[in-house]
Amino acid sequence: MSVRFEVNGKPVAVTVEPRTTLADCLRHQLRLTGTHLGCEHGVCGACTVLVDGAAVRSCLMLAVQAEGTKVVTVEGLSEDADLTPLQKSFRKHHALQCGFCTPGMITTAHALLSEEPDCDAARVREVLSGNLCRCTGYISIIEAVLDARAAYRPKVRATDRP
Amino acid sequence: MKLPPFEYACPTTLPEAVQLLAAGDGEAKALAGGQSLVPMLAFRLAQPKLLVDLRKLADLRGIRISEKGVALGAMVRWREIEDDGRLDSAHPLLKAAVAHVAHYQIRNRGTVGGSMAHADPAAEMPGIAITCDAEIAVVGTAGARVIQAADFFQGPLTTALTPDEIIVEIRLPRWPTGRRWGFEEFARRRGDFALGAAAVFYDPDADGKATNAHVGAIGVADRPLRLDAVEEVMNGQRIDDATIAKAEAAASASVDPQSDIHASGAYRRALIGTLVERALQRAAA
Repeated sequence: MSVRFEVNGKPVAVTVEPRTTLADCLRHQLRLTGTHLGCEHGVCGACTVLVDGAAVRSCLMLAVQAEGTKVVTVEGLSEDADLTPLQKSFRKHHALQCGFCTPGMITTAHALLSEEPDCDAARVREVLSGNLCRCTGYISIIEAVLDARAAYRPKVRATDRP
Repeated sequence: MKLPPFEYACPTTLPEAVQLLAAGDGEAKALAGGQSLVPMLAFRLAQPKLLVDLRKLADLRGIRISEKGVALGAMVRWREIEDDGRLDSAHPLLKAAVAHVAHYQIRNRGTVGGSMAHADPAAEMPGIAITCDAEIAVVGTAGARVIQAADFFQGPLTTALTPDEIIVEIRLPRWPTGRRWGFEEFARRRGDFALGAAAVFYDPDADGKATNAHVGAIGVADRPLRLDAVEEVMNGQRIDDATIAKAEAAASASVDPQSDIHASGAYRRALIGTLVERALQRAAA
């Protein structure tokens, strides 16, 4: 079946079998291998991408269901070659070791902070409870997400100042 | 694992969707949010020949609140319930229970109709439907019908739906002001399937005594249960420490959970007593 949607701001048209998950379509057909597949049944969260702004598990969504949507993967978060503030914060806090879970952590935390830039540690823990990490013990990840909150808050523009 | 092969259809009208399911002759499945069905496919526990995607069916969307109660379109996602401020007063028990459903990403996709049709014995929505005497409106080739929650769940992952039927709406009766309620769940990790959960509500009379007690339990049997014995303990009584102690004992006595890798039957029996106790303490507070 042919499917059209948008990935990281660019329109794409792919031909997939109905059984192809969005994750496999992104990795194998669109060569966006930043999205990782851990469990392939919706438990580990490594394959999290944004679909129309909402964090979803791309192993639990068929590529054909993405028709007409806007998909953002970890590759699409940064507008240039630089790291985003959230990614920088992960580096600063040593919030990764092997890095396998990191794309899912980053996309999930990005969705959370975009909607709730003032969330507290309990909320970060609750949201990231759907993402498994076998290296870090999570503490550094929570710290990295909390530290990145400021970058998601609306900035006070110079012209707004009295 | 990769999903087994299947065909895919994405109808734009409800009658068309029903026809596609009927033509599938038992080998077609409706696809709502896919958060239960896709894992079933990945494990090859389900191998339908055709998936009928319900995402374009406008009839299945929306949360409607009226004099009669709360009607949830089958394609309402957990996230929509979480974000709907009207439900804080229109159905606080639903809102509290849904807060326990799955993890963040799943909540953006999973639907109430999908959860009902999947009928996991430890899932919150079926438990709320049972506790609140919900009605499940469905449509199939034989037309529309309404199934009472008590008749809907027939066993693990087994419902009264025929293969050509689609859930349209789940109707929860009106929630009166002054109703006391509590929802308590225990899971090893927030968002995981419950080891057990208890949903309770009652309407206090002028003397503060409980009437119309409803007590539901999930995770302790092959389907969500109403605990009649606990309701009998409560009705006509003040919900004080003595009544709560009797209710706790009645709850544990009225279930016979199986042991599995997550918990023994004895543990689950004790757990449901404690959860009923905590839910009642919260309701009476």
